[in-house]
Amino acid sequence: MRQLSVKKITKAIKEMAIETNCSLTADVRDRIFEAEKSEPFPVAKNILGKIHENILIAEENKMPLCQDTGMACVFLEIGQDVHFTGGSLEDAINEGVRQGYEEGYLRKSVVKDPLRRENTGDNTPASITFKLVEGDKVRIVFAPKGFGSENMSRIAMLPPSAGAEGVKEFVVNACADAGANPCPPIVVGVGIGGTFDKVALLAKEALLEPIDKPSSDPYYRDLENELLDMINALGIGPQGLGGGTTALAVRIKTAPTHIAGLPVAVNINCHVSRHGERIL
Amino acid sequence: MEKTLLFPFTKDKLKDLRAGDSVLITGTIYTARDAAHARIVDMIEKGEDLPFKIEDSIIYYVGPTPAKPGMPIGSAGPTTSYRMDAYAPTLLDMGQAAMIGKGERSPAVWDAVVRNNAVYFAAIGGVGALIAKCVIDSEIIAFEDLGAEAVRKLTVKELPVTVVIDSQGNDLYKIGRERYLKSVEEKQDKIK
Repeated sequence: MRQLSVKKITKAIKEMAIETNCSLTADVRDRIFEAEKSEPFPVAKNILGKIHENILIAEENKMPLCQDTGMACVFLEIGQDVHFTGGSLEDAINEGVRQGYEEGYLRKSVVKDPLRRENTGDNTPASITFKLVEGDKVRIVFAPKGFGSENMSRIAMLPPSAGAEGVKEFVVNACADAGANPCPPIVVGVGIGGTFDKVALLAKEALLEPIDKPSSDPYYRDLENELLDMINALGIGPQGLGGGTTALAVRIKTAPTHIAGLPVAVNINCHVSRHGERIL
Repeated sequence: MEKTLLFPFTKDKLKDLRAGDSVLITGTIYTARDAAHARIVDMIEKGEDLPFKIEDSIIYYVGPTPAKPGMPIGSAGPTTSYRMDAYAPTLLDMGQAAMIGKGERSPAVWDAVVRNNAVYFAAIGGVGALIAKCVIDSEIIAFEDLGAEAVRKLTVKELPVTVVIDSQGNDLYKIGRERYLKSVEEKQDKIK
């Protein structure tokens, strides 16, 4: 068994909270810059230029790209040969969030109770997903998720007869109805299959995938491309003011499902599609 | 076309603004988002004194990040406006000049904008660091317990916004998309 102090988890989470909120990964950054060059509609091109400028200002001044520094979504893939020492792993993750959001001057956007709505004051608790895998390493993915886009997400339990056409219609309608609200150009995470709970997680995990590496399965690669074209044909454009760049990418994740079901979920991210990864 | 809008924000300065105009706002504006709107409207119903004068005010839907030392404010982009739709008509009927946010509004808000000769502006969502550069001064004037949702009095210089709904009822979210789709159609016709 490899011993791993939870203090290392706290430190990693703290640093990732700050880094991911102040700079984008190269795949998202490059895609935005490409879109700025290729966008044919002047209004849209101008907005993409401002988004470009914002990325540079945030990086230079180490300040958050967006004021919604999100709910901290933490994904841990834990090697089964790892033994955590020095306290509770969950507490260590939340301590990292607490320190990162305080030291990084990030906004505290979490309420303790969904109806009574008192702010916890330190952006905890994080939304944590654990997965056990082989080996003795721990992979941490940190994704701050803003709720302008999270609020536009959707889930449906389609009948199997709906097929690929039904899935396409559902995904495109979700993006059309979201319109200007989720801060387009958006990144669209699609989950297909599994169960009611699983399909939502698949959609969220799809948003963590690099957007410059399409699905390894040619069937789903084609579906991703077709959906991207369909969403961009809506003409919503950056910020909903018209244009050819409504979405930067569509990513799909799938899972086996029941003979009677075709669950589908759409999780939308804004152009500030933030995530970071570390392996300990 | 780029226009400027200078404090005080009296209604006569808004009447010529049209959906699609780029506007640079300079002067004093107030921040309020979900929780602050709920409290303000509750105070109005109870007849209590409000944190600021609603008449001729511009309310910016924003919850900024904490300011770093030496800075007036942190990142400060707009939040999605529809969550304020339940409260906005009450404030517009009291003479509020304009709202700054992002995203579509309800028919009730659209009506209230037209009825009151007000304006709905959009700022670019997700460019909080860029917008922060336009904020010269920030002071919490109410509901400090709400943290990021507290009401702030902001002094802004050349804050860039776009007119989305004007006093004539034009809506840029509809017009902009139609214009783009028409431009695509025209290009395809040329190819044919």
